[in-house]
Amino acid sequence: MLNKIWFALLAIGLLYGFGKALVVDPGQSSPPPAASADETSQPPAEQATRTDIMSTMGRSLTNAAIDSAQTSVELCIALIGVMALWLGIMKIAEDAGLVALIARVLRPVLRWLFPDIPRDHPAGGAIVMNMAANMLGLDNAATPLGLKAMKELQSLNPRKNTATNSMAMFLAINTSSISIVAFSVIAYRKAAGSIDPASVVVAMLLATTCSTIVAIIATRTLQRFFPSSPPTTSDTGAATTSTTSEEDA
Amino acid sequence: MSSLLELADLVSQWSIPGIILIVIVTAAFRRVPMYESFVTGAKEGFGIAIMIIPYLVAILMVIAVFRASGALEDTKAVLAVGLRWAGLEQHVQELELIPLALVRPLSGSGARGVMLDLFQHHGPDSFIGYAASVMQGSTETTFYILTVYFGSVGIKRIRHTLHACLLADVMGVIAAFVFASLLFRAV
Repeated sequence: MLNKIWFALLAIGLLYGFGKALVVDPGQSSPPPAASADETSQPPAEQATRTDIMSTMGRSLTNAAIDSAQTSVELCIALIGVMALWLGIMKIAEDAGLVALIARVLRPVLRWLFPDIPRDHPAGGAIVMNMAANMLGLDNAATPLGLKAMKELQSLNPRKNTATNSMAMFLAINTSSISIVAFSVIAYRKAAGSIDPASVVVAMLLATTCSTIVAIIATRTLQRFFPSSPPTTSDTGAATTSTTSEEDA
Repeated sequence: MSSLLELADLVSQWSIPGIILIVIVTAAFRRVPMYESFVTGAKEGFGIAIMIIPYLVAILMVIAVFRASGALEDTKAVLAVGLRWAGLEQHVQELELIPLALVRPLSGSGARGVMLDLFQHHGPDSFIGYAASVMQGSTETTFYILTVYFGSVGIKRIRHTLHACLLADVMGVIAAFVFASLLFRAV
């Protein structure tokens, strides 16, 4: 699925960009200012504008690819500090027994959503912490705590390159983002001059509730159609790990 | 409503200092060697952040190229022609929301840009402004999150995760539009 989407987005982007630059009417689009000076009526000028459009499109596609590659590294570098901070705090909380405590309090919910996680495993605590951070809109804390949760879930995973049911459930709930209050949106509304910037809170809460319910149902329903999960008894699963599941491309 | 929201904001602003305080007080009470624990945990952060880089480059590059091609913008124009043809003239303006719905799972900053653009052209208190706000607030940058989270532990075969997440996203967008229509469509 990811392979196909990756190919589709890239191929559509490149071909569409090429096609658009070929087809678009030079008069309608806005060519670079240098070329638009003498585009009145002569065919040679028209020809030049077409070339300009082509080269502009080529350049913008190239820049998009290169800039984004650079941005991704910058994002990761920026993440290092916050990651270190939150994983440090999280480690203290773990050593103090707080994470296990949280997991124990919320055990009924966790057991229902993530039946694969053993009792009192740190994965449960990390998941709860990430969800709490998401609900409160603490994006800076949510990512490190979520990655911590993934690491804990991975430690329970017999097939290290394949997602488990619990991981899928965790990410589906995470991306459907039950947010109690989305402060950033309210802040942007306020900045744009809204009379009542917070008026959207109720609608957001209702909408995210719907999407989270769909996320849970969809994950539960779909997981049996993607049966690369290991057998329930872990000792038999460990033997046949790597080569068995090639069906999900 | 407003004062409740201020309270929520206050709780949110103080949650991080509060959590840190609770953690260190409990740790002190249980005699945990805090400094050492912190450093041990923080050390993991570096590895995880570096681990993500190849996955992030792969996904952000594709998204950037796709957006630069202008395919998203033109989808809107094609749909507008379709709606006019179907005689739903009065809904054509609402197609402004389509790029937002399409960009949202791909790019957080891109979606924010589209939303701010809609605020500028229609006003944050128009129906489109309301619907855009609800959409922005009730969905996530799914591809980014899946990439980072799975990348951090080196998982390449994600099974049904993307299907489920995209279904939830579609539901989120539809629900955002429906609830915005129910609550804010005064016209």
